[in-house]
Amino acid sequence: MFRRILIGLVGVLIVGVGAFAMLSWRSAIAPVARPSPAGFAPDLVARGEVLAGAGYCATCHTAQGGKPYAGGYPMRTAFGTIYSTNITPDPETGIGSWSEAAFQRAMQQGVARDGSHLFPAFPYDHFTKLTDADVAALYAYFITRPAVRATPPANTLPFPLNIRALQAGWKLLFFRDGPLTPDPIKGAEWNRGAYLAEGISHCGACHTPRNSLGAEERGKPYAGAAIDNWIAPPLTKANPSPVPWSRDELYAYLRSGVSQHHGTAVGPMSPVVHDGLRKLPDEDIRALAIYLADVAGSDARLAEIKPAIERALAADRAGAGAQTDPAARLYNAACASCHYNGGDAVNALRPELALNSAVTLSDPTNLIRVILYGVTAPEGAPGVVMPGFAAGFSDADIARIAGYLRSTRTSGPAWPDLDKAVATIRAQGNHE
Amino acid sequence: MTSFTINGRAVTVDVEDDTPLLWVIRDEIGLTGTKFGCGIGMCGVCTVHVGGRATRSCITSVAAVAGAAVTTIEGLDPAGAHPVQQAWLALQVPQCGYCQSGQIMQAAALLKDFPKPTDQDIDAVMSGNLCRCMTYVRIRAAIKQAASVLGSDATHG
Repeated sequence: MFRRILIGLVGVLIVGVGAFAMLSWRSAIAPVARPSPAGFAPDLVARGEVLAGAGYCATCHTAQGGKPYAGGYPMRTAFGTIYSTNITPDPETGIGSWSEAAFQRAMQQGVARDGSHLFPAFPYDHFTKLTDADVAALYAYFITRPAVRATPPANTLPFPLNIRALQAGWKLLFFRDGPLTPDPIKGAEWNRGAYLAEGISHCGACHTPRNSLGAEERGKPYAGAAIDNWIAPPLTKANPSPVPWSRDELYAYLRSGVSQHHGTAVGPMSPVVHDGLRKLPDEDIRALAIYLADVAGSDARLAEIKPAIERALAADRAGAGAQTDPAARLYNAACASCHYNGGDAVNALRPELALNSAVTLSDPTNLIRVILYGVTAPEGAPGVVMPGFAAGFSDADIARIAGYLRSTRTSGPAWPDLDKAVATIRAQGNHE
Repeated sequence: MTSFTINGRAVTVDVEDDTPLLWVIRDEIGLTGTKFGCGIGMCGVCTVHVGGRATRSCITSVAAVAGAAVTTIEGLDPAGAHPVQQAWLALQVPQCGYCQSGQIMQAAALLKDFPKPTDQDIDAVMSGNLCRCMTYVRIRAAIKQAASVLGSDATHG
């Protein structure tokens, strides 16, 4: 009896392993000689360059100080560090031996040329939504870049997470391939914005929370998430900024990095705007703004803008001048010379903190990060800096300023354990 | 290596990325009109303009201004005759003078954002610039005088 059960169990195991092997098996696509760059139409390559910008490919596929697209950039995930790959056309260490079909399969199915599964740190769950024509343009762009011989460091994923075949199970659970279905009720611009945001620009990769297995939570699109030691704020109605993200604000922010009422693009959002989306034409930025304003439900909230600005400016005025509260005095000496707004309008280069998500989010991380490390000239508003206070200010001083802003500029609950939060972020350092 | 412009002149300096801009301005470039005070961004004496915005140079790393346009007190006006400087002279604002280049740079930036500043605007924006000689009354008067000159002469600012 016992023997029969054992044989039965072993049989089930063999069938299971066999079935999983069949499920996970992807054939290799034969290597090709590196296609000659002359074989690609310049306008196709140019279109690929725009798309590569809109996908921020260079941001993750370039190591600090390294050659463009040669890989080696560390992505620190909850599972271990994954190093980006070399996507220059070097035949041995890059994608020079990849045919267009192999490249298309990687983009749309997350499978490398040799048949191994790619980890979803590479956002193929978004790129699967790209049209074949756009993938062809990207291929034309990358295959015509200068080849760089470079092998990235080995990933530090522990066993068994480093077994690529297991990714087939992850895909079964979480990955739905295929193009985005246009919504016929919405206009052409909205659909264009959706195609960009959901596909190449993979906004959800940072702004949608992930489950314990690292997949974007389908039921919480754009609900906001922690990423690279920053907080990617919610892009939905849950965004706490008192002034809704209108189409015009989104356009200004995504086009220039500066919005009048919501501040500037810093942290991981800075390269998105200043290096990536910069290549997109104005009409695509407008389409993104229309789509994301709809995600945020802003079009119905425009009446809230004026009273929110009035409240913010009143808080500014109430805090200005001689104060008895030591936290207010600290703020006035260190911050108000740049952040105070008088009169009846906000100056975009005097970011109004009462309206800024760094102050209104339930998590103080972004505010503390910016106070500690500032904003450099290429980030935020180009050519303008905010100095960092890490060297001069104690954790307690920075916590005092953050707590002061939270209590005087928002109606949200006080942030708990601010001193500890500052110490943690200081220990993380200035690099994502 | 960091490159930027200072008073319209392109410079490249070979210093550690985290070197304070103030040290670079004084020790590497040799412009000593900008002073060192507290070193933690709390007194305003080191104020310069970066991209036209008043910026505390003692806590700004040189790497942060890569590609930016820095203006110091020496470059505020080629002849040293910016309306704020003229008002400072006319009202004899300085006493010991140590904080005054920072005060002037902050005041010039203030007037760009607030062409007709109220007392409250002046208090809010100038509170980060300390003067141990207590010249605050004359600073306020000089800012208002410069504002009236700038208001009638649209070519400056």
